[in-house]
Amino acid sequence: MSTGALIWLALVGLLVYAIRDRRRTWSEDAAGKLILWAGPVFSSAVLLGLLTYALWLMPALRPTTHGVLRIEVTGTQFWWRVVYHKSGRPPAISANEIRLPVGEPVEFILRSDDVVHSFWMPSLGGKMDMIPGRTNTLPVLANREGVYRGACAEFCGTSHALMAFSAVAMMPDDFDRWLNIQSSPASGAAGPGRDLFTRHGCGSCHRIDGTEARGLVGPDLSHIGGRETVAAGVLPNTEEMIARFIAEPEVLKPGTRMPSFAMLGSADIRAIARYLKGLR
Amino acid sequence: MRTMLPRPSGPESLWTLFTAPIVWVAHFLISYLSVAIYCAKQERFSIGFDALRIAIGIATVFALVAILVSAWLAWRQWGFGAHDPPHDEPTRHDRTLFQGFATLLLSGLSFIAVIFVALPVLFMTECLR
Repeated sequence: MSTGALIWLALVGLLVYAIRDRRRTWSEDAAGKLILWAGPVFSSAVLLGLLTYALWLMPALRPTTHGVLRIEVTGTQFWWRVVYHKSGRPPAISANEIRLPVGEPVEFILRSDDVVHSFWMPSLGGKMDMIPGRTNTLPVLANREGVYRGACAEFCGTSHALMAFSAVAMMPDDFDRWLNIQSSPASGAAGPGRDLFTRHGCGSCHRIDGTEARGLVGPDLSHIGGRETVAAGVLPNTEEMIARFIAEPEVLKPGTRMPSFAMLGSADIRAIARYLKGLR
Repeated sequence: MRTMLPRPSGPESLWTLFTAPIVWVAHFLISYLSVAIYCAKQERFSIGFDALRIAIGIATVFALVAILVSAWLAWRQWGFGAHDPPHDEPTRHDRTLFQGFATLLLSGLSFIAVIFVALPVLFMTECLR
C-alpha cells in the first residue's frame, strides 16, 4: 500500500516536472543517459529484485508431505466434503468448514465430485481449482488466529454463489483438542430428534458418527452444532436456521439435491434441528 | 578521428545478430528440459538435484561468457560507441554500424534473460514431490 503511494507520488512528481512552465532543454547526451538508466537499467534491476524475492519465498510455499496435517477437501454441488488426515490418528470427517492450526503448514488435497469448482480462502492463500478426476494440492500457512471466509471461485451451477465455507485458524493446542472431538461421536445428543432423524430416513444421505446414519450423498453432520455456519456458509448456525433449511432447502439453495421435508410438520422439524444443533 | 578507430576485421553477417538470442534459447532449453526430465524420472538418475543445479550453474557461466564475447564483437562493430544512432543512411558503413548496435542491444537483453532463467535453481533445492 505505502509502496503504491510512493510510486504514485513519484509519477505525479514527474508529471508536474514535465508540464512546468520554464523548461531547460536537455542535451542529447543527458537525455540518452536518462533513457538508458531510467529505462532498461532501472527496470531490469527492479525486476531482478522482485524475481529474487519471489523465488526466495517459493520453497516455503511448495507442498511438503512429511509430518504435516493434510486436509482433503472435495467440492460437490454445492458444498464441501472435508477429511482431516494427521499421522497417527484416524481420519476425521467433516463438511463445509475448515479448521487449521496457526503457524503449522497445512496441505490441502483438492478434488471434485462433479464439475469444476475452485477452492479459495482469500485471506489465507491463493485459489486452486478442483477438477474432476484430478488431485490438486495447495499448501497453506495461517499466521493469525481468526475466522476467515472461503468460497467457490469457479462457476459451478445455480447455487455457485451460495457455496462458501468458514475457515477457522486456531492455536495448535486448541486445534488438537478440537480434532480429538471430531474423531469421535458427539456426546449428549439424544432425545426425540435423534429418533425422528432416523425414522424419516435422513441417514440415507447424511452421516452422523456413532449412529446408523451412514449416507454420503449429503454433508456429514457428526458435529454440525459446532460449526460457524450451516448450508455451506449460507446461514448462521442456529436452531431456527437448521429448521428452515430442512423445511425449504430448494428456496435457500436452488439446485440442491436435498428435497424439502416441510411435510414433517414444524414440531418434528424443530426437534430434529434441536438434535442437530446439539451435535458438537 | 572517427575513421581511425579499428574497423571490424572479420566478416559480419546477419548471423552475428542472432548469436546472443541463440545462446539464450539453448540455455533456456538446457535448464528447463534437464530439470523437467530429471524430476520426472528421478529414480533413473544416480546424481542428486544439487549436481544438476551445479551443472546448470556452469552452463549459465558459459552462456554469459558467450554473450559477453558476442557483445564485445558487436561493440567493436559499432565502433566502441564512437558513433551515435540512428544509423539510417543507405550506405554500407551505416548498415554495419546499425547491425553492430542492434547486436549489442540484443546481447544485453539475452544477458539479463539468461540470468532470470537461471535464478530459480539458486533457490529450488529439490523436485516437487
